[in-house]
Formats: sequence, C-alpha cells, structure tokens
Amino acid sequence: MTQNARTDQPAIEFEDIKLILGGRTILDGLNLSIPSGQVTALMGPSGAGKTTLLRLITGQLKPDQGRVVVNGTVVNELSPKELNQYRKNVGVLLQNGALFTDLTVFDNIALPLREHTQLDESLIRRVVLLKLHTVGLRGAAQLYPRELSGGMNRRIAMARAMALDPGLMLYDEPFAGLDPISMGISLRLIRQVNEALGMTSIVVTHDVHEVSKLAHLACIIAHGHIIAAAPPAELAQSQEPLVRQFMQGLPDGPVAFHYPAPDLSDDLLNSGEQHA
Amino acid sequence: MLSGLREVGRAVLFLGQAISRMRLNKNQVGETLRQIYYAGARSLVIIVTCGFFVGLVLTLQTYDTLTRFGAADAASTVLALSLFRELGPVLTAILFAGRAGTSITAEIGLMRATEQLDALDLMAIDPMERIVQPRLIAGLIAVPALAVIFNMMALLGGVFFAVFVMGNDPVSFWGNMQNSVEFGRDFLHGVGKSIGFGFLAAWLAVYFGWSAKATGEGVALATTQTVIATAISVLILDFVLSAFML
Amino acid sequence: MKSSNQIELTAGIFLALAIAALVFLALQATDRGVVSSGGYQISATFTNIGGLKPKASVSMGGVTIGTVERIELDPQTFEARVYMTISDAYSDLPEDTSASILTAGILGDQYVGLEPGGSPVPLQDGDQVLLTNSAMVLEQMISKYLLGGDSQE
Repeated sequence: MTQNARTDQPAIEFEDIKLILGGRTILDGLNLSIPSGQVTALMGPSGAGKTTLLRLITGQLKPDQGRVVVNGTVVNELSPKELNQYRKNVGVLLQNGALFTDLTVFDNIALPLREHTQLDESLIRRVVLLKLHTVGLRGAAQLYPRELSGGMNRRIAMARAMALDPGLMLYDEPFAGLDPISMGISLRLIRQVNEALGMTSIVVTHDVHEVSKLAHLACIIAHGHIIAAAPPAELAQSQEPLVRQFMQGLPDGPVAFHYPAPDLSDDLLNSGEQHA
Repeated sequence: MLSGLREVGRAVLFLGQAISRMRLNKNQVGETLRQIYYAGARSLVIIVTCGFFVGLVLTLQTYDTLTRFGAADAASTVLALSLFRELGPVLTAILFAGRAGTSITAEIGLMRATEQLDALDLMAIDPMERIVQPRLIAGLIAVPALAVIFNMMALLGGVFFAVFVMGNDPVSFWGNMQNSVEFGRDFLHGVGKSIGFGFLAAWLAVYFGWSAKATGEGVALATTQTVIATAISVLILDFVLSAFML
Repeated sequence: MKSSNQIELTAGIFLALAIAALVFLALQATDRGVVSSGGYQISATFTNIGGLKPKASVSMGGVTIGTVERIELDPQTFEARVYMTISDAYSDLPEDTSASILTAGILGDQYVGLEPGGSPVPLQDGDQVLLTNSAMVLEQMISKYLLGGDSQE
C-alpha cells in the first residue's frame, strides 16, 4: 500500500464523544484519530453509528459531550457562519447521490462553484468539464440525473462533492446497491482521487471485501465506540470475537441473530393469552 | 386541538426563519422566475377554463334571478362585483393550492426524502434561501397574476353568455358594469386580497413540504394537508380581510 | 424538458399577460374608465334628489356621458345642487338641456338623465341646467295619487 506524505498529524480526532439521539445512546466514550491523506474505512453493523460519525464531522450533529477536531478546528463549537465556511472544505457523497433532479448534470456540478466562487462562466465550464472527465461522464453533461443509471448518478455526485477541491472527502455507503462493474469503478475512483489530490478520505461501508482493497485504515464501530482500528489485513487476523464475526460475516456471535426476546418455549406457551 | 395549535406555531416559526434568511442576489432572480413559470404559467390552463365557466354560470344564474325582479340590467354589475371582490381571489387561491401548491409540497418533500436538502446544507448553501425563498416569492406573485387572468376570463364568459346566448347589447352590458364597479373599493381590494391569499398558499405549500416525513407516505400526506389547510385558511382570511376592508 | 431560457421567457410572457389583464380590467371594467381625464362641469338644482349619490352616471339617450361629481345643499334656497362632469366628447349640449333624476329599473341605481333642448348655444363649463325634474319618491307619488293633487312642483 502506498503511503501519502502527511501522516504525522491526524486529520480528524474524536475525543471522548457521547451522543444521545431520541433517548437512545448512540455513541458513548468514542475516541478515534483519523490520519491525514489516507483512506479510512468506518465499518460496523447497521445502526452502530457509522453515518452518525460522518454527521458529526460535517457538523450536522453536535455531540452531547466531547470534541470533534478536524484539522485543528473544533467542529462542534463553530457558529453557523463559520460552519458554512468550514463545509466548503468538506466534500460529502450521500448515500444515493442526492443530485438535484431539476438541474442538468452540468448545473449540478456548477452549483457549488456558482454559489461560492467568483469565477466567470467560461472558467466554471472548464472546471465542471474537468471534474466530469475525472469520473468519466463528460459526455453526459447536458443530461438530467434521471436519464442516467444509479451508478452514474453516484459518480456525478462525487464530481459535485469534489467541485471545490475539498481537503476532506466523506463517502456514505458508496457501494450500496451497485453492480460489480460500477462498484469496481467507484472503488478505483475513490483511490485515484485520494492519491492524486492528497485529500483525506473517509468511507462508511459494511463491505468487508472492498475495504481490504481500498482502505489504509479500517475501524469497526460497535456498542457506541471503536472496537478495532488497524490496517484491514491485520483486522482479518484478529482474534477478537466481534471483529471476527464482522470480518467473516458470521450470522451469530457477539452481535446476536435474535432480537432480544423472552425464551422461545415460554413465548410459544403464553402466546394465546398475551395477544388475545 | 393542541396539536393543531402546535402545527400553527411551527408554521409561523418556519416562516420567520425563511424571511429572516432571505437574501437577494442575481441567481435568486432567475430561480424565482423559474418558479413563477412552474407555479404560475403552468396553472394557466386550469385557471383559464375554470374562469370562463364560472363567468358563464354566474351570468346564467344572476340573469335568471334578476329578471324576476325586473333588474336584469344589473347582471353585469353582480357578475363583476362578485368576481372582483370574492370569487376571483378565493377560487384562484384554492385552484392554485390544488395545481401548484401540491406540486411544490411534493417537490420539497421528495427533496427531503432523497437528501437533496441535506446535500445543499453540506455544500454550505442555505436551502431556505435556495429552495424556500424563490417559491414563496413566486407564489406571492403568481396568485394575484392568476386571479387577474381568472377575472378577465370570467368576464369574457359573462359577456359571451349575455351577448351571444341572451342577445344583450354588449355596450350596455359593459357600461352598466363600468358605472357601478368602483376602482378602489372593489377592484383594488380584490387585488389586495389575492396578494394575501398568494402569500398564504405559497407559505403553506412550502411549509408542508419542508416538514413532510421523508417517506412516500409522508409526502402523500403532506400534499393532502396543503390542499386542506390552504382551502380552510384562505376562506378564514377572506372573511377577516372582507370585514376589515368594508 | 425546456431549457432554462425558454422557461424564463414563458414566465415573463405570463407576467406580461397578467399585467395587461390588470391594466385592462382596471381601466375598462371599473369607474376609472368612464370619464377620461378631460371634461367640463355643469350643475343643476333639484328640490329632491332621492337616493342619488356621487359617482352616479349622467346619461343622455341611455348613453353614459359623465358622472355626478358632488352633491350639496344650497344654504339659501335649501335645494340640492348636483355638480356633474361631462366628457369633452359631448361639448355642445344645448343650453336649454333639461335634467331629471331617474331610476334604472325598480332595483337599479338612480342616475341623472339629460334631455337635449333646441337652443343653438352650447352649455359652457360651470353653467347651470335650469330645467330640472326631481326624483320620484315613492311616498310622494302615492300621496299624490291618493289626494288627486297636481301641485307637486
């Protein structure tokens, strides 16, 4: 695996995060530092709080306790105005791309440029076409998102997220629901972009197999904190039961197959009275 | 009852936020024009047809009633007054809610469901400014514009019936109306009302879309709520405005 | 799908259409349009104007040619004086034109009806119409009929 240059200073640090949403404790005492200039994968069972971590980085959520530090800025203490300034340096690829359906592909990517830069239209055109070329969809510039496949939509969304050349890219489930070809393309793109632009990338996924090809560092979240953070190859060898269950996809283990319930025989015998 | 009040409170807070975050720049003008096209120009067909037939039936009914008192001459006055003061603004607002209000609600609801609003937020673009503001202003402009066109078409329907079906003299029909319709008290008040209704209809449409649950069911419910809430509140506001203006 | 230029153009046309309708209705369908700015004023006195109000129309031969501007009571003669503005298009009404207060139908508005005389001299701005017929008041008509009297005026 190639290592990028700036690895000494962590890009993102979570310090003793506690987060309660709707009365449920999602994260509790979470500590994690994510290295700069690398691809880090966040993994874990559904509902473990992976997307929540991304939302903490973007400032959409604020922790009830602890600090989120991104490149020296404490995100959870920013004012709304500072937050907007900060977000211009963060590119986010949401789960389904979230392209604006009433704009063409070109206008979708041009939108952040038109909003946040003083570039004139001919320069914007050039930047947009370059970004589209990177994701291989320059020919689709004048089409509408609904005229393209789901995989292409996601690549366009990626181009849009990169429009302002952010130093930090967040990918929320970039592989969910993609066919093997699209998945391969996305995988290569994330890697390429990371290496070419030297940005820090964070990928939320539960695709263990893909992570091993993609990430420098893989973190597994469960029970509200990080249970393992290591290069994927090391994780695969781990003897920790939860890590093993996750990495090998075992149906039962520390994460139980059954939703918490009373004993089966009790439940069956009593069922008639309880549900009457 | 209590949840209804809470809903009203939320809608007011939402409006306050939307207005406090309004900003004018060049991009906004184009976007507002686009929304005027979607909300206004695309509602023309329903407004024109409904207006024409309302004018027809209104003239038919008033003729029939007024001839019993030997006052058939007043038919055009009755037509114009009821159109300018009541029917034009109210019917236009309700038709607008059904045609454009629902589509605004569904559009914003779907934007929430497909994370488009989140995406804007993450790109440091305020969705209030980008999505809500142009639609509010477009509604405020489109409804009075549609109401005027509605009135125009209804008068045309009235003239059509009176002149071609009843064989009236068009000059006296129009002249009687001209004499009894006051510019300030009747016409301008009607225009004023429809501005108020436009604001209300656009506000409710945007609000229900914004607060819709991010599911198909939630969006469907929100569009229904838009129509019901607009119809009820337009009629209430109509009473209040009429009471103040008369 | 239309291009954004077309959309903006259509929106512009729509607004222009609405403004045209607004101007047309404001000028042609309301009392704004009856008297074009020009006009000259004449007055007439009546012993009783019935329910005549300012803004009522003034017509000759059924055609509206002006409006009632204001109505006041003469403090000396205790007669009602009605000031009317007549459109400039009808600037040579004969000097001996007569005015009467009439009702359009049973429920209709009251208006001033002018009846042309035969004089070659036209009415001037500020002139007074001398021959007038007061409004018919229902009570007076009934009592007149019952008493068989003929000395109403």
